[in-house]
Amino acid sequence: MQFAQMAMKNYLLDHAYDEMFTAPGELHRHYELLLDHFSSLPSDELQRRKQAADLSFLNQGITFTVYGRQEGTEKIFPYDLLPRIITAAEWSKVEHGLMQRITALNLFLKDIYNEGLILRDGIVPREVVFSCKQYRRQMVGLQVPRNIYIAICGTDLIRLENGEFVVLEDNLRVPSGVSYMLTNRRVMKRIFPQLFRSYNVRPIEQYTQLLLGTLRSLAPEGRPEPNIVLLSPGVFNSAYFEHAYLARQMGIELVEGRDLVVHDNIVYMRTTSGLRRVDVIYRRVDDDFIDPLAFRPDSILGVAGLFNAYRAGNVSLANAFGTGVADDKALYAYVPEIIRYYLSEEPVLKNVETFLMTRRNERQHTLANLDKLVVKTVGESGGYGMLIGPHSTAEQRDEFARRIEADPRNYIAQPTISFSRAPCLVEDALEPRHVDLRPYVLYGDRVTVVPGGLTRVALTRGSLVVNSSQGGGSKDTWVLSQ
Amino acid sequence: MLSRVADSLYWMSRYLERAEHTARLLEVNLSLMLDESSTSSEQRWVRVLHALGHPQGIEWNGDPYKLTNALAYDIQHKTSIVSCIMAARENSRHVREQISTEQWHQLNSLYLHVTKPGIQAEVDSSEFLQFVMDSIHQFQGITDSTMSHGEGWQFIQVGRFIERAAATAMLLEAYHDDLWVHPERIPEGNEYLEWMGLLRSATAFEAYCKVYTADLTPDRILEFLLLDEQFPHSLRFAIDSMQGALEAIQRESGKQRAEPLHRLGGRLHAMLSFSSIDDILNQDIVAVLRNIQVQCRAIHDTIYELYVDYSIQIALAG
Repeated sequence: MQFAQMAMKNYLLDHAYDEMFTAPGELHRHYELLLDHFSSLPSDELQRRKQAADLSFLNQGITFTVYGRQEGTEKIFPYDLLPRIITAAEWSKVEHGLMQRITALNLFLKDIYNEGLILRDGIVPREVVFSCKQYRRQMVGLQVPRNIYIAICGTDLIRLENGEFVVLEDNLRVPSGVSYMLTNRRVMKRIFPQLFRSYNVRPIEQYTQLLLGTLRSLAPEGRPEPNIVLLSPGVFNSAYFEHAYLARQMGIELVEGRDLVVHDNIVYMRTTSGLRRVDVIYRRVDDDFIDPLAFRPDSILGVAGLFNAYRAGNVSLANAFGTGVADDKALYAYVPEIIRYYLSEEPVLKNVETFLMTRRNERQHTLANLDKLVVKTVGESGGYGMLIGPHSTAEQRDEFARRIEADPRNYIAQPTISFSRAPCLVEDALEPRHVDLRPYVLYGDRVTVVPGGLTRVALTRGSLVVNSSQGGGSKDTWVLSQ
Repeated sequence: MLSRVADSLYWMSRYLERAEHTARLLEVNLSLMLDESSTSSEQRWVRVLHALGHPQGIEWNGDPYKLTNALAYDIQHKTSIVSCIMAARENSRHVREQISTEQWHQLNSLYLHVTKPGIQAEVDSSEFLQFVMDSIHQFQGITDSTMSHGEGWQFIQVGRFIERAAATAMLLEAYHDDLWVHPERIPEGNEYLEWMGLLRSATAFEAYCKVYTADLTPDRILEFLLLDEQFPHSLRFAIDSMQGALEAIQRESGKQRAEPLHRLGGRLHAMLSFSSIDDILNQDIVAVLRNIQVQCRAIHDTIYELYVDYSIQIALAG
């Protein structure tokens, strides 16, 4: 069957916003060229190109590791051939909103680890901050290079039914996925060169160079040619491919904890020509595991003494320690207030409505409506520790109700949002799948949002979980320049 | 270069050399079995096991095909071809950002091929062994043409040639009773094929013929595999290449105190460059070959002390 017919006939719309169709058979204008192009291809050509793309991912070893399974732990990240297209007007709002958000959250972190004005003024309750597992007492009063706590972030956005982008989650610790954004684009340009050329897509390939510039801008004073390294937990980490990819693209060393030693508060790496000083660390290891002396003593991934070297100002880290307090899911509810407090501006990107279990009336509302809401554990990510009300069993709801009563601080609830859907090639047909968007923001000499991001796809029909560890896939994301 | 990276590149290369050597040894001996031979099946395969350094847990049990299967496919055995390729690929994964995309591609494809479920039933073993050898040759070609010939590449050379030197010494040792006891005799009956097999186990038959013609005598075979200056699988060539790479690493890393390493390599180099085959035949040949293996282990240990596992105190003081 021809692609266009296939797209028109068997594609069911529901109340969720659709990225491609406005009504059955009617397209958003910016998808017209795409549909024309796909329709002009011979019928088996799409499958052929899809196989070529899959093979290219597998052979390049673009894989991630699924935890908790013995065999087949390396999987390719499933990839959908149809790009997701975002117009220039839509993007300019997203960009503005993300810049505003990272600026405010940086000011917030500086404030809570120093004067604490926002706590004194009662905008954010002290207990929300101090009860957060990611709050790091060790950071109090510590001078952070250029006052940049969050240099690298990846924010999860979703589209509501009316098409508006809202923030679902901030990832301010060690956000991943940017390598998929970059490799998706490379594959896409190779398999659909003409289509790509016919759209004016803004480039994203400059990301690694911008990242390097951001890291360089954080170097300790008096180190004009800083030695920058990427610290990875190692080859068994699910994002190892990405660590290796970024290090190679930036031309910096990929190190593991066992490559680094600290002596007299100076960090060195062990090389064949002896010890070499390290100035900036792009760390992809969580706070908890990074220094067994300062944080978890049972960690073997970290570097003993790293925190003291950091405190002495001899090494910079991106991101800083303790940034996790600002992406805590309970604190998330206060971000609009945080933006108003520091910037005296209205938030450009809204939040999803969030119920805090520490507030009695919101907790009662949640417990009464568990079958309609999504409950999230505040400290978890990757789609773990979630209850999706409409898809849950009575036992699961009872279990979560018990857990919420026992530890209200550890849970939040949100309405079940049917976030937007985009067409995906499923076997031979086009089917709608839910998608989100994770753009990447860098904060060095200035704030930069790379035009694009990772569009994650919930590949199971009807599923709302887009995480790669839970069967999610991805699409290339095209931001148009006009 | 990070010490850990040097370590991984070195082992990646050693494992691939080992896989290639094992594949060739099996291929040669499987094909020799097709002809009538003066050597019994037991003698042959015990000799193969000897040449591979008596891999742990693998014994001659009367069935050559079971034995080759264990040596080729069985991942319970760390020395099998598939295990070596898995180990090489694992090492390369640890230094994914240090090797070229083309190298990774080649090694990863080889890995995916040999670990494919059912590979053993799907292709016949000589085809499998040939594929492994071809793929590793390709990997070496890709390595030489896509990777900078800097320190990392030199560590790959060191790994490859130290493994080759030790394996060749062991191979020659395994043939002691058949050949070196009477170095000047000419082959009787079907012995010719066996001797040819030894040369082919080191890809040396054609190269040998160019120097000595197709007349095989034990002393010439030994001279060629031990002392030839130009043939890439001779011991002398392997030691010279390893020494050259170690010197390049020393220059590149600016490392002081490389003297002990230089001396160890230099001693082997001198022995192989300035001995005549008669000098060697006048000695206990097994002792000479074992000594080469001991020296290779000492070189390995010294590389570790110098570049990988050095003490922090000494490094800070220096």
